[in-house]
Amino acid sequence: MKKIIFAVAFLIFFSFLMVSAINMRTFGEPTITKMDDYFIENAQKETGANNVVTSIVFDYRGFDTLGEATVLFTAVVGVVALFRGVKK
Amino acid sequence: MKEMSKIVKTVANFVYGFILIYGFYIIVHGHLTPGGGFQGGAVTASAFALILVSYGSVNSKKFLKKDIFSLFESFGLTLFILLAFSGLGITFFYNFLANYGSWFGDAAVIGVNPGNMNTGGLIPLMNMAVGLEVLSALGVIVLIMAKGAEFTRKKENS
Repeated sequence: MKKIIFAVAFLIFFSFLMVSAINMRTFGEPTITKMDDYFIENAQKETGANNVVTSIVFDYRGFDTLGEATVLFTAVVGVVALFRGVKK
Repeated sequence: MKEMSKIVKTVANFVYGFILIYGFYIIVHGHLTPGGGFQGGAVTASAFALILVSYGSVNSKKFLKKDIFSLFESFGLTLFILLAFSGLGITFFYNFLANYGSWFGDAAVIGVNPGNMNTGGLIPLMNMAVGLEVLSALGVIVLIMAKGAEFTRKKENS
């Protein structure tokens, strides 16, 4: 009984995945291109960096990087707090 | 963690410098080539993990010190936030050094070009700050976890 339920659930889930994979847009053609075009046209001019990804990560989306760095810092704080009783 | 055989230690001695230089290359060239602070920091931390694994946690204590890593980590994050605040004349995270003419201030050639290190404004500086933070953060995690593994093994044996 359990196996039948699992099989039905798997089939439904898999069919959803297949349908969405078939209906996917072709690669490189998003519905809204305004933002991408802006970055590609102006990133080199505005930030002076050749690497557009870095100029997005560290300039346009700087808050996101600040959050990432804080998450890493918090992870280190957590590890240190977890092993605080270890001597030597 | 016990130290490994002489072959492993020799190879680790040989490879260590190259991994360090490669990681720092990725950090410093973050605004020109794929990569940046996070990726280069992870590569550099893998060099520390290599030393820790090959030499053992007791012997590697001489050149991998947890307190120094911890200090560098806080310094990197603080430097990053200070660099973000330094553009506050216009907005938070404003890249005021780009195209300014001084430090990292050359204008990039539009289009395909071999790359100029002296471009990017605040981006290379932020890359260095984040790279420093990531490499020392992962170093601290690796060192402390090695210490904890040692501790639990001792406790299980006793």
